[in-house]
Amino acid sequence: MPAYSSDAERLIEVGHLAEVQGRSLWADARTRFVRNKAAMAGLFLLFVVAAFALFGQFIAQYERDTIDFTLIGANMRQGVPSIETGHYFGTDASGRDLFARVVQGTQISLMVGIIGALVAVIVGTLYGAIAGYAGGRTDDIMMRIVDVLMSIPFMFVLILMLVIFGRSIFMLFLGIGLISWLDMARIARGQTLTIKNKEFVEVAHATGVAPFKIILKHIVPNLLGIVIVYATLLVPNMIIFESFISFLGLGVQEPNTSLGALISEGASNMAYGVLWQLYFPLIFFVLTIFAFFFVGDGLRDALDPKDR
Amino acid sequence: MLLNIDNLRVTFDTPDGEVNAVNGVSFQLDQRETLAIVGESGSGKSQTAFAMMGLLARNGKASGQVNFDGTDLLKLSPRQLNKVRSDQIGMIFQDPMTSLNPYIRISDQMAEVLTLHKGMSKKDALRDSIRMLDAVKIPDAANRIRSYPHEFSGGMRQRIMIAMSLLCRPRLLIADEPTTALDVTVQAQIMQLLADIRDDFGTAIILITHDLGVVAGFCDRTLVLYGGQIMEDGPTDPTFADPTHPYTRGLLRAVPRLDRTDDELLTIAGEPPDMSRLPQGCPFSARCDYVRNVCPNIPPELRTFDGNRRRACHVSREEVTA
Amino acid sequence: MLSFILKRLAIAVPTLLILVVLSFVLMYAAPGGPFNSDRPLPPQVLANIEAKYGLDQPFWKQIVDYVTNVVFHFDFGPSFQYEDRTVNDVIAQGFPVTLTYGFWSFVLAVVVGVSLGVAAAIRQNSWLDYLAVGVSIGAQVLPNFVMAPILLLIFTLWLGWLPGGGWNGGQWQYLIMPVIALSTSYMASIARITRSSMLEVLNSNFIRTARAKGLPGGRVIRKHALKPAMLPVISYLGPAFVGMITGSVIIDIFFSTGGIGVYFVNSAFNRDYSVIMGITILVGALTILFNLAVDVIYAWIDPKIRY
Repeated sequence: MPAYSSDAERLIEVGHLAEVQGRSLWADARTRFVRNKAAMAGLFLLFVVAAFALFGQFIAQYERDTIDFTLIGANMRQGVPSIETGHYFGTDASGRDLFARVVQGTQISLMVGIIGALVAVIVGTLYGAIAGYAGGRTDDIMMRIVDVLMSIPFMFVLILMLVIFGRSIFMLFLGIGLISWLDMARIARGQTLTIKNKEFVEVAHATGVAPFKIILKHIVPNLLGIVIVYATLLVPNMIIFESFISFLGLGVQEPNTSLGALISEGASNMAYGVLWQLYFPLIFFVLTIFAFFFVGDGLRDALDPKDR
Repeated sequence: MLLNIDNLRVTFDTPDGEVNAVNGVSFQLDQRETLAIVGESGSGKSQTAFAMMGLLARNGKASGQVNFDGTDLLKLSPRQLNKVRSDQIGMIFQDPMTSLNPYIRISDQMAEVLTLHKGMSKKDALRDSIRMLDAVKIPDAANRIRSYPHEFSGGMRQRIMIAMSLLCRPRLLIADEPTTALDVTVQAQIMQLLADIRDDFGTAIILITHDLGVVAGFCDRTLVLYGGQIMEDGPTDPTFADPTHPYTRGLLRAVPRLDRTDDELLTIAGEPPDMSRLPQGCPFSARCDYVRNVCPNIPPELRTFDGNRRRACHVSREEVTA
Repeated sequence: MLSFILKRLAIAVPTLLILVVLSFVLMYAAPGGPFNSDRPLPPQVLANIEAKYGLDQPFWKQIVDYVTNVVFHFDFGPSFQYEDRTVNDVIAQGFPVTLTYGFWSFVLAVVVGVSLGVAAAIRQNSWLDYLAVGVSIGAQVLPNFVMAPILLLIFTLWLGWLPGGGWNGGQWQYLIMPVIALSTSYMASIARITRSSMLEVLNSNFIRTARAKGLPGGRVIRKHALKPAMLPVISYLGPAFVGMITGSVIIDIFFSTGGIGVYFVNSAFNRDYSVIMGITILVGALTILFNLAVDVIYAWIDPKIRY
């Protein structure tokens, strides 16, 4: 371990001090966030949707894959949502309990959204931080690659991949992650460029800390605010992506389901008057997206108050 | 009398409540006179100028009277006010780097003033603009007028701003910290330019600044603002030679001087005031060395003395200057 | 300006090549060829078919042939599933449809979005502003696959005003719902971006200067504020274009409009690789060209960008 000169130590303390002051910044942000009604409503909604996804199966009266043969073909009359029959949201065309299926759809959509956003954020942040910190030609080449990838319509490539390598949740994650890390990389790089010249980073560099360690210990933690905001706004976009693919029948496969697949199913049966098959998944889809957008906007305003 | 401001108040509606930026400021200005409005940031000096021109931020409100040549500017409709702006009163701003529109050529930004106010043809307006750029000593003005703002340095941009504000030969020029964002050598050049303009065009000038060094030798009169209120006001020379207000004394002491051997740079203790929570009495009372019991509670009256000087302080002149 | 465009083209061409090669490699790497179906063909027949489509050639020859044909002859080859049709036929049939409703969606999204955003910013905190913000927040949770069934439900099933699908040569009744479904969420995003960038510009120092010059309000907005306020919107047009082209897949399926999207998805299910690739490359080329146009417009507006 290199011996720090006393000046360097003092400056590193300043760096830590900045982090401590940063904490009061977080406290300020929290106050602003709590005061933001739309954001708090979004947070509340998010809890409701999450509770529904987590505990809904204990309320459901039926298993999600139990087919009620007596209802097939008589769905319009007998599959109507009702408390009495225990089919709170009615049944689908195969006589399956829609409540249980919407619970699972919400679960899968949330999971895909969160994991997809996580993958995108981790890859994008690291890529952007490395490019920004390295600078020079490395930066040029890395960002040019991002430019090139950005102008490819990835949804088409993803569909191509799903067709060729088979439809699986893993392919879905991979594909969605592939599409979404590019923006994060750009944002992270921009932020890194400004952080790079702060004293505590320069001191760490001057005292011989390995570049990758600097990136992980000094740069990435300082990107946290913007990363959190971006991740929150990315989740609903991931959910929309997944629903899009599932809507086409290329995403989550039967007997599993997601909100997109359920909306697709409901939409295709619309003409038969079984509108509850469209309503319930649509409502949960819209609520989830709304909640994430409100929370994300609230976080952004809280961390960057100039925007008000 | 060119300008007569009476009991001007400016308030801002903010999420944290109402902020009083200017609290009953009154002063007068004659033709060709040069007035300095001096104060720290947040003293209300810039907001006074913005209020006169109707340029307050959306949540700001001005009351009182701003009589310019007999008309109250605060009562004018936006359309009438637009006729006064730039044509009668020119204004230049603190930050020349952002005050010019970066997406429009200098030629268009200047010419539109003349086509609008003087009804000139584009060609005549361009010719006059080039002439004015020459007057503010922009080299090769005829060619460079086609450039965009980012192709000029900060000092050059401030010269362009000054030229633009003078196009219609206004009778009053408001300069809001025109040199703050510039290098020291450039500062001197810009001040020299303003002095030349005053002499050549006979324009009255209000110079808003926090830098007392700039004021001496340039302004006829100096008005010291603190917490949106006038602390002291009078002809520049006696005011600087014999300051009668504790705040003015503090300000003058804080100016770094070469002819003094003190090792330490003197400053006024304490922070500039929180404008949303001003004391009922004198705004400076929290930082004043001479503070009395009455000071935070009862506002001092602005009294005239020596014929043409004014001061607002509970403590007597003799005691402060002793 | 010309050298700027050339420089951009120098990036665009390799991007397109990467796209072509990438999709070709993906296809080549596919486990099982396009003719491996549930009922295995006799080896001799399979060999004949593969010879016919050139699939018996070595990889590098296949890819060089493919790229040569695409680049120099604009020929994407025959469909693997329909013997009597080439990929070019499919594109010729579907593309004009996609282009028609795509164009109108784009125009609608930009015109309405920008007007709404500007109006909201000028009248900040008025009912118009709240309406615009409300609408744009609401619409951002209405992606095309949500809008499409909702529109169908209202205008076809309940009101019976509009036909539930079809194209019919692009008559307006058939055009309305696809255009609205495709453009709504982008319109909302454009309105939001316009509003916030306009507000930022209106608070900037150079707008204060323009007002101090005595310019009337309308002229301040038009001449001084609009250009800079449009820059973030222009940056967003690229992603919006990609999003709309992607969304056309949903539109074609939902409203049976017969654009390339429906061929794309059908081919995806039929493993008709040549059609999938053809469409992917076409869409990619369009996207790259569009981004090029966006870059040029951006550089034209912002004098600080050096060519």
